[in-house]
Amino acid sequence: MSIIFEQVSEEETGSVEPIIRVRNLTKVFGHDPEKALELYRAGRSKQEIFEETGSTVALIDISFEVSRGEIFVLMGLSGSGKSTLLRCINRIIEPTAGEIWIDGKDIVRIDNDELREIRRRKLGMIFQNFALLPHRTVLDNVAFGLEIQGVPVEERHSKARDMLQMVGLGGYEESMPDELSGGMKQRVGLARALTSDPDILLMDEAFSALDPLIRRDMQDELLELQQRLGKTIIFVTHDLDEALKLGDRIALMKDGAIVQIGTPEGILNSPENEYVEKFVADVDLTRVLTAGDVMRRPEPVAQWTAGPRVALHLMEEHDISCIFVVSRQRILRGRVTLDDTVEAVKRGKQLGDILITDVPKVTTTTPLSDIISLVVENPYPVAVVDDAGRLVGSISRGAILAALARKGVDTNATA
Amino acid sequence: MQLPKLPLGYAVEVLVDWIEHYFGWLLDAISAVLRFLIGGLQDLLLAIPAPVLILIAAVLVWFVTRRDIKLAALTAIGLILVWDLNLWNLSMLTLALVLVSTIVALVLSIPLGIAAARSDTLNSALRPILDFMQTMPSFVYLIPAVIFFGLGNVPGAIATVVFAMPPALRLTNLGIRQVPTELIEVADAFGSTPWQKLLKVQVPVALPTIMAGVNQCIMLSLSMTVIASMIGAGGLGYQVLVGIQRVDIGMGFEAGLAIVIIAIILDRITQNLVPQRGERV
Repeated sequence: MSIIFEQVSEEETGSVEPIIRVRNLTKVFGHDPEKALELYRAGRSKQEIFEETGSTVALIDISFEVSRGEIFVLMGLSGSGKSTLLRCINRIIEPTAGEIWIDGKDIVRIDNDELREIRRRKLGMIFQNFALLPHRTVLDNVAFGLEIQGVPVEERHSKARDMLQMVGLGGYEESMPDELSGGMKQRVGLARALTSDPDILLMDEAFSALDPLIRRDMQDELLELQQRLGKTIIFVTHDLDEALKLGDRIALMKDGAIVQIGTPEGILNSPENEYVEKFVADVDLTRVLTAGDVMRRPEPVAQWTAGPRVALHLMEEHDISCIFVVSRQRILRGRVTLDDTVEAVKRGKQLGDILITDVPKVTTTTPLSDIISLVVENPYPVAVVDDAGRLVGSISRGAILAALARKGVDTNATA
Repeated sequence: MQLPKLPLGYAVEVLVDWIEHYFGWLLDAISAVLRFLIGGLQDLLLAIPAPVLILIAAVLVWFVTRRDIKLAALTAIGLILVWDLNLWNLSMLTLALVLVSTIVALVLSIPLGIAAARSDTLNSALRPILDFMQTMPSFVYLIPAVIFFGLGNVPGAIATVVFAMPPALRLTNLGIRQVPTELIEVADAFGSTPWQKLLKVQVPVALPTIMAGVNQCIMLSLSMTVIASMIGAGGLGYQVLVGIQRVDIGMGFEAGLAIVIIAIILDRITQNLVPQRGERV
């Protein structure tokens, strides 16, 4: 997951044309949107506006961009407007004002024929309660999009079969939706959305109706699928853990507005206001924080070419009982302990003779939950290395406790 | 004190005269079409020898109930009984009347029901009319039917259509409106045209409810047979009416039983026309 994220953020800093660009999107439900907006601008609360005009301000001045191949999560509590926003993107809900550019077309201003064409070719949608057509077989459900496009029956069935195979439901073609479990139904929903090969998938609380274990599997599969197919995904959820797991970037919504947009790490580490902080407060930090978040600089290290005397000196000076040994370019070779080094100096051995190469290693993206057990089993710090095997940090028990405590204090202070 | 009486009756008479004067051709055309349909269907049913038709009915029931052999056998026995009671010809006329009335009622009520589901204005305009049609004693329909179409099978069929339409219309409306929002969104999100949405999503999903309306429509048509016979519609209903008038219990009972047998057979067929599988959403 984090690998994808890094790629995307690189692309963002580059000059990749966003696939979706939303500008000042506003949606008011009711008869008199102008009046409602006027009141809103005058600083009245949504409740007051509703009482006065009977209109509900659902989305207000939403702007964001989504890059090609990104998973963009819209997160918020119920009533925050996230599902409304998602439905504005394919205009199932008609926006009141604003622009939505998809591939260079403002879909708010195109006519119905053009809109249908974009819905058919570019936008796939996946629903919270699966929304399979109960009178159709699984195969005909998956082929629905192509059927609407007028694709001949053999061709659409063969494509639908391939998709079912891909989501692991080969052999269920002739089943009725009623005969499937929740997880299987959503696989059918996924296959249906993918069959017409859209660039963009709109997912509305797609996994919220599934039980936790199935849900986790589906999340993993979605990530795997996205990596393979490179779809752009807008994913609506109310579950922060899910948002953090799936999202390359997350937009946190409240009362019809986006409160903060950022990477999962960004939102957790620097919540922009109290609301975000409260939202983030009950996250299981050990699953969110990664090695990169808690590691410390690996100081000091002993050079592979140096002798045991130098290593001993460094350990004594820093009052530590163990030191990492690196070769040139900081490639991790292993570590030596204080006792062994003292012995080596006495007997004239080399560092290579006492080097422990079987050192627990993690990468910067390893979640904290995986590291804790390593740290507990090991009396010595855990090494953090990058893809090339270079030592970039070390994690001690103290560092983990400090990181968790720091977060705990922060959130308590605002609660 | 006596309030001055409004000339409501007179007004209705004037209205009827006016309609007959300007729309007499339309009434005649409707009359001719219905007469042709009823007569044609009756002739067709009578052209098939009774044993063959009984066999066809039994096989049809067996087929639509997905091989319910017991029901098929009961169908055959019931129809043989009707044949044995010398009520076959009358039964075929009744069947023709009921089927034609039902088809006309459905041709009118299903599209109207769909339209009502899509337009709240039409729906609220139709509701009082439907209430009126359903609560008005069915005898009352007989008067305008006689005025515009005279006596015989045609006004009987017209009164039956009016009486049998409301449930089919209401249930079609209800069925379409009850299609879950998410399924409508599926149709839209995948780029359906309005017709595709109607034919591929709304009607199929609403079909079990619509079929309940069709079933009700047939049952109400059958229940009108005796009443329609008061204005000259023939068939088993007339036989029951004569039985009542002559206090001939045996005759009335036999014809009544034949109506019940036909009703049960039609009911079982229409109830099973739509597959039960995948009915729930």
